[in-house]
Amino acid sequence: MSQAQTMPAIAPSSATALQRGLRSARLRRIVRRLPHYLLLSVLAIITVYPFWWTLVTALSTTGDVYSFPPPLWPQDPSLVNFIEVFDTIDLLAFYKNSLLISGATVVGTLVICSLAAYPLARMQFPGRKLVFGAIIATMILPAEINFLVNFITVSKLQLTDSVTGVVLPNLAGAVGIFLMKQAFEAVPQDLIDAARVDGANEWEIFWKIMLPLAKPALGALAILTLVTAWNQYIWPSVVMTSPENFPLSVGVQYLSGSFSFKTRVVAAGAVLTVIPILIVFLFTQRYFLRGFDGAVK
Amino acid sequence: MAELKLKNLQKTYEDGPTVIHGIDLDIRDGEFMVFVGPSGCGKTTTLRMIAGLEDISGGDLSIGQRRVNDVPAAKRGVAMVFQSYALYPHMTVRENMGFGLKLAKKPKAEINEAVERAAQVLQITHLLERKPKALSGGQRQRVAIGRAIVRKPDVFLFDEPLSNLDASLRVQMRIELAKLHKDLATTMIYVTHDQVEAMTLGDRIAVFNGGRIEQVGTPLELYQQPANQFVAGFLGSPKMNFLPAQLRSGSNSGSDIVLAGNTSITLPQQYRLQSGSPITLGVRPEHIAWQGQAEDNAIPASVDLVEHLGGEQIIYARADGMDTQIAFSLPSKETAPHRGERVWLKPELAACHLFDAAGLALPGSGQPYP
Repeated sequence: MSQAQTMPAIAPSSATALQRGLRSARLRRIVRRLPHYLLLSVLAIITVYPFWWTLVTALSTTGDVYSFPPPLWPQDPSLVNFIEVFDTIDLLAFYKNSLLISGATVVGTLVICSLAAYPLARMQFPGRKLVFGAIIATMILPAEINFLVNFITVSKLQLTDSVTGVVLPNLAGAVGIFLMKQAFEAVPQDLIDAARVDGANEWEIFWKIMLPLAKPALGALAILTLVTAWNQYIWPSVVMTSPENFPLSVGVQYLSGSFSFKTRVVAAGAVLTVIPILIVFLFTQRYFLRGFDGAVK
Repeated sequence: MAELKLKNLQKTYEDGPTVIHGIDLDIRDGEFMVFVGPSGCGKTTTLRMIAGLEDISGGDLSIGQRRVNDVPAAKRGVAMVFQSYALYPHMTVRENMGFGLKLAKKPKAEINEAVERAAQVLQITHLLERKPKALSGGQRQRVAIGRAIVRKPDVFLFDEPLSNLDASLRVQMRIELAKLHKDLATTMIYVTHDQVEAMTLGDRIAVFNGGRIEQVGTPLELYQQPANQFVAGFLGSPKMNFLPAQLRSGSNSGSDIVLAGNTSITLPQQYRLQSGSPITLGVRPEHIAWQGQAEDNAIPASVDLVEHLGGEQIIYARADGMDTQIAFSLPSKETAPHRGERVWLKPELAACHLFDAAGLALPGSGQPYP
């Protein structure tokens, strides 16, 4: 006998009442959530619109670049500005430099921040809280304040105009250490105890237990670092002096020309700069959010 | 295999209180020793000190003939099963079980063989390639035990390993643990707050309270001859009834005691206490009978509640002139009084326990223990 046959029949009037009740409950839910959705939509538009504006400018070939409000859709759309980017600068070389700088920054940051965060999270030593407090306090300072000191250091180490010079001062960030500390603190003590009874030393606990369990946080930190390193402009432009060493963000400045400012070509360059990181973020945002779970709870 | 000696073992946390106040205990080779006590009594801390997970503040700990106070956990020859199972979530069951041997740099073939053998004993061979998140609570527990077995330790340490399981699985695992102990014949120390686990599993039980051991003995010894009121009250469910009383007089025929409410009872034993000394009469629920009319050595009471548990019935009655409720149990087949009924409760005099004002058992009281 089918399940439907065994169930008691619902009277038509009560079925209608049930449907009406469900409809009104859904309506109430939508009305309740409407302000949230409206606010989030406004925020999304404010965030996305500059990118859209840049894309429209890059794709348009006619019209006033500085007209306000800007057009919502490209006028006489064409890829001519993108082609000019490739003709004007050695985009692939800049891509390669950006990849090298970003890759080295990501790997270095993961290593340094994990190693710094582990003892702060899991070891007892005098001054632990003070050290962590000092690290967190550096978050208050804008990055530009460090430029002078960092530049003098990099110069003394003869690392100007090198990838190492660009990467080195960015490796130990307070955000990264904080994120990894939170992730390590979230690992249950029993797992560490179990590993200790199993015969693991401190390094083996870190390498074989803690790091694999902190993968979501490592992923989030990697993405965050990648985006920051890819987009950074001022520091690489200070350290790098040879154009062949420029990363993409610095290299696109050549698009503006010496005697004229080619806004549409610069916009096309900006779009080409952003696209790779956008694709990476689109595919990894899930891990990014999961990684921050432990840090904000 | 190894015996353990705990000599005046102490634990004091830095800028904190002393939580273990000098424990003396000998655990025999191959013995199943259970640490039992209420939350915060120090049983888990003691276990963690034995495991090497807590520093020892004072005293000596020996495993075998070796003093191990400063020996790291991995070199003490112990394996531990945690309450939370503590399985590494990123490793498969096989990797979890073989982790200790891998760290010890044993050959792969040897690790595999040990893992397979332990998996067979615990019937988890089909789970070896799974990750812990794909296992049920009972299966996780088996894996945790398997991880301990693989290391072939001298001493197994269990920290409330069954407390996260449901009631039926707990009974099943309890039986399996007892069988495992019989098969392996290795020293096992088992921490629990569940007295049923303690009574059924332990060769001997150490009852902890406030960082001290109150009594050590076999389950029956502790049940029938508790050293003090704490042990008497901790073991047994429903717990032992404690009735405040005064010793009136002693004679060759026994001792007269007067309960609150002026009920007199004559116990067969003689006690060396001054007349008028305050004492506590302890009677286990299964040592109380009831009747409908007054009689010598019977306590008048009114029935408050009758609980039917299937196999037995628990009756709670309020004795005349006393604040305390008296619980007694009857087999389900026997007729029980009704709620509100007036009854006279007759304690089995030879099985009564007497405790002095400090809560210590008076010599001669309690059930005779062979």
